[in-house]
Amino acid sequence: MITPRSWLPTPVLSILLLVVWLLLARSYAFGQFVLGGALAVLIPLLTYRFWDAKPSIKKPFKLLRYGLRVLGDIVTANFEVAYLISNPWRTLKPHFIEYPLMLEERFTITLLASTISLTPGTVSANLRMDGKSLLIHALNVDDEDALIEQIRERYERPLKEIYEC
Amino acid sequence: MPLLIEAIISLLLIAGGIFVFIGSLGMAHLRDFYMRLHGPTKATTLGIGCMLIASMAYFWSVDGKPDIQEMLITLFLFITAPVSAHLLAKTGLHLQLPHTDTTGGKPFELRDEEVGDKPVPHPDKGHG
Repeated sequence: MITPRSWLPTPVLSILLLVVWLLLARSYAFGQFVLGGALAVLIPLLTYRFWDAKPSIKKPFKLLRYGLRVLGDIVTANFEVAYLISNPWRTLKPHFIEYPLMLEERFTITLLASTISLTPGTVSANLRMDGKSLLIHALNVDDEDALIEQIRERYERPLKEIYEC
Repeated sequence: MPLLIEAIISLLLIAGGIFVFIGSLGMAHLRDFYMRLHGPTKATTLGIGCMLIASMAYFWSVDGKPDIQEMLITLFLFITAPVSAHLLAKTGLHLQLPHTDTTGGKPFELRDEEVGDKPVPHPDKGHG
């Protein structure tokens, strides 16, 4: 839980904001540092109520590998979806899938849902309020169980190893 | 500018244009709301990614120094695209928009299932 009284509730977010500000401003003048620094302090102060505590990363090396894998999958996903859309003889079999979640933290579930939306033919549609299953809409499915198994092995298990175990 | 770099930049631009076009095409002609969501979340991300890489390469070779602003745009896109897609899909479910008959599985009625057994409490202050 984030302690609300500190004047710098989320240090990592503040540093990130400052860095992004400097990159966007494309200058490293003193004034930009002051302005960016002020924003980096003010914005977290105004928004910290919305932030959950971020679980600590247990295996940073695996996180890097996960990121690269997701990037690769985004590229293949794009080719796949482009092919499905542009092939005029296609017969699409869209499918709603209920995916039982293994993850428990809100932050990791968010990561998983975003990953699912960005990768092959699936969009996460609804997370139940009890946080136990995710409704996924898939563009073209032949085997429902195979897809669930694929998501489980490829994304959920690494995420669980990185953050929760 | 060397011919090779010029060729790569043009290729990236063309590929990006094609991907964005296909994404928009999908949004225009797929059968139902949920399928139409797939076009803009996927095909468009790669299309815009290609264009931004091309832009980065162009200004690198013209100005002589690398510039990573475009990377930031890509990053913002990757963060916002899934969230907006999720919210749109959720709204569609909530309004019970029709889906095509060929759709397998069934989207449960949001009212009953949304709540589940018991809500997950917010770590700070519980749920309402």
